[in-house]
Amino acid sequence: MTRISETALEALGEIPDGSTVMIGGFGSAGQPVELIDALVEAGPTGLTVVSNNAGNGDLGLAHLVELGRIRKIVCSFPRQADSWHFDAKYRAGEIELELVPQGNLAERIRAAGAGIGAFYTPTGYGTPLAEGKETREIDGKNYVLEYPIHADVALVKAHRADTAGNLVYRKTARNFGPIMAAAARRTVVQVSEVVPAGSIDPEAVVTPGIYVDTVVAVGGSTALRQGTGEATWQEVAG
Amino acid sequence: MTAVGQHLSKDQLAARVARDIPAGAYVNLGIGLPTLVSDHLPAGRGITLHTENGMLGMGPAATGADVDPDLVNAGKVPVTELSGASYFHQADSFAMMRGGHIDVCVLGAFEVSVSGDLANWSTGAPDAIPAVGGAMDLAVGARDTWVMMNLLTKGGAPKLVERCALPLTGVACVSRVYSDLAVVDVGPDAGPGQHLARVVETFGVTHAELEDLLGLELGRADG
Repeated sequence: MTRISETALEALGEIPDGSTVMIGGFGSAGQPVELIDALVEAGPTGLTVVSNNAGNGDLGLAHLVELGRIRKIVCSFPRQADSWHFDAKYRAGEIELELVPQGNLAERIRAAGAGIGAFYTPTGYGTPLAEGKETREIDGKNYVLEYPIHADVALVKAHRADTAGNLVYRKTARNFGPIMAAAARRTVVQVSEVVPAGSIDPEAVVTPGIYVDTVVAVGGSTALRQGTGEATWQEVAG
Repeated sequence: MTAVGQHLSKDQLAARVARDIPAGAYVNLGIGLPTLVSDHLPAGRGITLHTENGMLGMGPAATGADVDPDLVNAGKVPVTELSGASYFHQADSFAMMRGGHIDVCVLGAFEVSVSGDLANWSTGAPDAIPAVGGAMDLAVGARDTWVMMNLLTKGGAPKLVERCALPLTGVACVSRVYSDLAVVDVGPDAGPGQHLARVVETFGVTHAELEDLLGLELGRADG
């Protein structure tokens, strides 16, 4: 059952020190900035963060990096023109980096959510990023064995949720949202608006509510849509 | 060493690559030089652009009121969507690539070997912060991986080489190199007794001059 929370901090719930946290987004697109701000406020340290990038500019993930809350980051593309907070921590030896090709990162996250024990992928074979990994030739082609990435909690940004936790996304901001939602033991989603169950066409649902534990509306559209009167801002059945 | 004239400009090179993209193809254009190819794809050829951050049917860069922070390409540049576009999550996007559904991927490169090895993600500098993104997935995923690059570094060193010195992105993954001086087929698909690197076309240099510049023996693609 999906809970609807009133604030990002309440939605975030308890995140102990040393937790593994998946954070959606490709650069700024789809980055759950309000949930990350809540994570900063909540204060856990020694985190392992799984995210495509390692923060851009000064906000969101970059701020979490700047504050030194992250012990290790698992990502595909940390270094960018505006990744100065990560760059400084990395050069100072204050953050551990596990560099993963983007498609392997996505598939390892997907595998975790799908209950797959490990998989063989051609990506990275014969490169430094496959050093020390098990390989196998299958039908004349070489593959690398990769393992799933699980997480304690996933922080995801979607566009709209209904009170059953079903999600739709917006354009390329979808990126890692659906697979992270499935991969983590607990998934917290920020959306622009929460609408009554039944307001999203079941054929159009991208992430079914089974993967979503808590939803919070952030930004300018926190009011429920008018009309049915059946949903409220209270928690929905716990 | 022979003075080089009449090499292709970046735009001419982009047009040359675009000419070879089949009608109806699904294509991924890498960050940097390959992005220019999109300016030369004629309308009506039914070519669909894939961007690995989760979209098919990508349109030109967005400007002014069309800029939408939720709609970016793999270089995080705001773009537009064309009629018939679709969005999908990262695992689907790379499954599409890895599964051989993308017809052509055009990538930039630091080095390409005659056997089709690609080095385009790391300069190997010991103090550099590594970043790979989708480079390794793109290199091995598409049905055809083409490289688009200048054939020589700014210092005049060949970038088409016997064996890559830089950290590899993929092994035997490149089938063709488009450069300012020549189009060259590479990789293990050469027939018995053939050179791994076979010249398709040269621009302002002779076959012999090209061999001299690269320090390689080159075959001819048509024979």
